This record gives sequence, C-alpha cells and structure tokens, in this order.
Amino acid sequence: MNSAALLYRYLSISLRGQLQYRASFLMAALGNLLNCVIELAGIWVLFDRFGNLSGWSFAEVAFFCGAVNATYAIGELMATGFDQFGTLYVKTGDFDRLLLRPRSTVLQLAGHELSLRRLGRLLPGLVIVIAAWAALDLPLEADRLALLAFAMAGGVAFFFALMVLQATMCFWTTESLELMNILTYGGVETASYPLPIYHRLFRRFFTFVVPLACIGYFPIVAVLGVDDPLGTSRMFQVAAPLAGFAFFGVAIGVWQLGVRRYTSTGS
Amino acid sequence: MPQIEVRGLAKTFRVAERLPGLAGAFRGLFHRRMRDVHALGGVDFDIERGELVGYIGPNGAGKSTTIKILAGILNPTAGTCRVDGLTPWRDRRRHVARIGVVFGQRTQLWWDLPVIESFDLLRDIYRIPAEAYRDNRDRLIALMDLEPLLDVPVRQLSLGQRMRSDLAAALLHGPSLLFLDEPTIGLDAVSKLAIRDFVRELNRERQVTVLLTTHDMDDIEALCERVMVIGNGRILVDGSVDGLRRRVRNERVLVVDYDSAGEAGTVDAGGDGVRLIERDASRVRIAFDPDRLPAATLIGRLLAQGTPKDLFIEHPPIEQTVAELYAEHDMRER
Repeated sequence: MNSAALLYRYLSISLRGQLQYRASFLMAALGNLLNCVIELAGIWVLFDRFGNLSGWSFAEVAFFCGAVNATYAIGELMATGFDQFGTLYVKTGDFDRLLLRPRSTVLQLAGHELSLRRLGRLLPGLVIVIAAWAALDLPLEADRLALLAFAMAGGVAFFFALMVLQATMCFWTTESLELMNILTYGGVETASYPLPIYHRLFRRFFTFVVPLACIGYFPIVAVLGVDDPLGTSRMFQVAAPLAGFAFFGVAIGVWQLGVRRYTSTGS
Repeated sequence: MPQIEVRGLAKTFRVAERLPGLAGAFRGLFHRRMRDVHALGGVDFDIERGELVGYIGPNGAGKSTTIKILAGILNPTAGTCRVDGLTPWRDRRRHVARIGVVFGQRTQLWWDLPVIESFDLLRDIYRIPAEAYRDNRDRLIALMDLEPLLDVPVRQLSLGQRMRSDLAAALLHGPSLLFLDEPTIGLDAVSKLAIRDFVRELNRERQVTVLLTTHDMDDIEALCERVMVIGNGRILVDGSVDGLRRRVRNERVLVVDYDSAGEAGTVDAGGDGVRLIERDASRVRIAFDPDRLPAATLIGRLLAQGTPKDLFIEHPPIEQTVAELYAEHDMRER
C-alpha cells in the first residue's frame, strides 16, 4: 500500500473516532468558528473607525484574513500529530512505537489525527474569502483561482512545517513549547493584514526567514490584481508560494536531525 | 552465518545529575553537571537462526538497551551489530519490516481501535500481501483464541488478552525474528502458560528466532535452551540453562516420602557432601552434588535403611541460582 493510501486509511480511522464524540467535536468546532468571527469583527471595527488601512479597503484586508485562516486551518488539520507530539509521543516514549514500524515517522504522525474541530476555522475562512471576492467584483478567472489554490497549498506546507519544527524541539525539551505559537497564531494574525503596514525588519523577517508573506501577502496581491506598494513584480508574486514548500523541506531536514538525536539518547 | 551478530556493543548515556531539593533544581537550570552512565560496556554474542534465547539480568543491567539497539530504535556508542545482514539503526525501516517486537509494558496497538482494525492497519503499514495476511491472521487468531476479542477496542482488553493480541499483531507480517521484552509481566498463570505454549510452538514449528527478556525464571525454564545473563552492561554467562545452574552450584535435592513417621525420623544419608535440608514427620529433603555422589548411590543408601513410598529429584529453583550469580558479581539494581 503506498503512502497516500495509507495516510487515507489512518485519517478515515481518525475521523470515525472523532465522530463518536459528537458533542466534543461540535463544541470545539464552534469555539474555533467564534475565534475566527471575532478576529474579523476586530478588523471591521478598525475599518469602521478609520475607513481604510494605508489605502487598503476592508474587503481586501478581509481577503487576506480569510485566506490565511483557511490555509492555517488546513495545515493544522493535517499536522495535529506534530502539534501534540511532545505530550503524546516523547513524554510517554510512544515514539518508539512509530520507529518500530517500517514507515516514515512524518507519514505516521501526519496520519495521527485529522482534527475535525479545525473545520471551525476553515469554513468561516473560506466564506470570508468568497464574500470578499464578490465584494471586490473580482472576475472569476481560472488563473486567479489557480494562483489562490497554489498560494494556499504553499501556505499549508508552510504551517505544516511550523508544526514539524515545534514537534522537533520536543526532542530536546520533551514538552511542546508555546514559543512556536508566536509564529503560528501570531503568524495568522500578522498575515491577516497587508505586509506594507509593518516595519521593514518585520517585512524582511516574514519574507526571507519565515516566509509567511510568500504564501500570504505576495500571491494574494496578484490574485487581487493590484500593484504592490512594495514594488515587487508579478513574476515574484506568482512564484512566491514556492518558498512555503522550500520551508517545508527545511523543516523535514531538521526533523530528521531530531529523530537522530532521539535514537542516540533514547529519550 | 548467525542471524544476529553482536560485537563490542557499547552504549553510554549522558545524563544530567539531579541536585537534591528545590534549590538544587534551580541550580540545575543554570549549571548542569553531566554524568556518563555506561548501560552497555562491550557486549558480544551470536544468535543462530531458530534459536530461542533467554536474556536475563537485574533491572538496569542493560537488557532493554540491548533490545532497543537490536530493534534499530537506539544507536550504540560503539560496536557493531548485524541482523540478517543489516545494521539495525542504519537500515531501520528495512530492518523493522522483518522483525517482530513485543514490549510487555507497552502495547503496540491502537488504544481506541478494535483488535481486528489494528490488524488491518498493520497489514497496510507492513504492506502484507492479501493472501499471506489472511493466512497469518486466521492462524494467529485461532492459536491465540482471539475470535471473541476482535471487535473489542484495545483499551478494554485485560492485560492477558492484550498481550495475546500484541503477540499476534507482532507476527502478522511473518517476521523470522521476534524480540519479546518481558511478555509475561503481570499476567495470571493461565495467560502465562498460553503465551509460553505459543512462543514454543512458534519457535519449533515455524523456526522463528526468539530473544526473550524476562524476570520470570519459569519462562526461561519452560522455553529456553540457552540463556544469557547480563549485569552491569556485560554478558556474564552465555550457555545452557543447565550450565548456568552448574556454574553457580551443582546441586540437586532428593525428596523422599515415607509412609510411617518413624522411618523419616531415623534415616541417615551419610557423607560425601550430602546435606539434610529438611526433615518432618514423613518427608526428608537431602541436597547432594551428583558429581561427588551419584544419585543412584544416594538412593541405594536410603533403600538400605527403609522403604520409601515415593522419591524424586528436584532442581534448585533457578531464581536461587541467578540470585547467587548476581551476588557473586556484586550486582545491584541501579
């Protein structure tokens, strides 16, 4: 059985398990949904007061916000095993069990759980994107949609990679570090606003070190069909999501180092 | 060529020394004194295909470390190890596809899944061909009497049921080598016997090589022809179970039952290193060394003095033998 089919098996088992606990799933999904709605309401309050944000309209900012939330939700949905890695696998020593199976540890952890409650963030995110798309009167063209899908795919790889990095640190610290939340939750918050409003150092950091803008701001500027006040070319904007995949590759490399450390310390 | 070839295997862990008290814990945050713990200090052994080897030693002696290294989930500090031509920790994924591992203390199954679904998932993980899977699964279910448990989630199984399921799960992919780490720990007598029967059958009928760690010497006596004793990270004894007994003390106990209390009270076993251990109304227990005094001679002496109703010879319990061996090497739990 190939890896994709095995992943599917893992995930369908996880889904069935979660549907058994319906109330818990509904409550958690509702919580995530409210979170997302409140975030958007915050942005709306801002716009109600100031009219626009350095020339960006409410609908445009809502587009950024919706897209990054939906992207993050999918990434988190797929990387739940990494998110809970420290407590579930390192602390208990259960990581040994994964190492005893002839499959990649990344695949086994990706298959750990498809956390349905993350749908609470995905659905409103998508709704916001669709509403903003309509409000902005963007033409429904294949290349725009394809670019958005590409940006989101890169974004999923990016957020997945953040979870992998967070899990990797557990090989040294045992417990999951809240430190990474600065980049995950903080990243979602940051990418909900257009990049030019931030300080130059921040912009550099989120472009070249942690390529959050490459899967959010830059490609979405191209989707919106506006000129980038930062002066980047369309070519760059369209290619930018590749950075998300590159970041994923780096994270997997770091993960392998962590596994090597684990297998030499045995804890 | 042996199936397992271990040479000079050593493992040193660096652990932070813990200072006592809360103040010590705080100091440890900033300044750590590291200490080397030598879990294995140069271990050599070969295991041939089809052997069933017991691996014993006190807690902390290095048993689990050895098993983990052989299973490919721990890198040694030094030494080499070949299992079926592979170096376990370097070729981990290829290696683990060929072996089965059961830890008595920890299940390899999915806590929330019914047993049969765990099996199905393992089929996919190990890429077991459909036909081989069906054959293996049905045979294991029959042998381990798992039919009534198949739809029960693993978390609801008793320890004995779980261990049977775990053993079956470890064999679905037909490994030629099985590591059993304390498979009978905490089990009741019936479950222990079932596990032993199964392991014996597996080894005899299917020629599966088994390396078994245990604290239960009955496991060793029931199953193993060869036993390795490890202490302080070194192999102390590697040989037959009888050899292990002889090495420490070559002693048998002759138990003699009499009908009348009078006979038991007066019997005299004579000299040649014979010791009278116990004497009550109708029974005497006499320890002797068969190399100094053959059993036949001793029995002859007793028959000359009376007519026993029954007599039989006991091995000293192997626990005692092993305890003496540990004492001899000054091994303590670490």
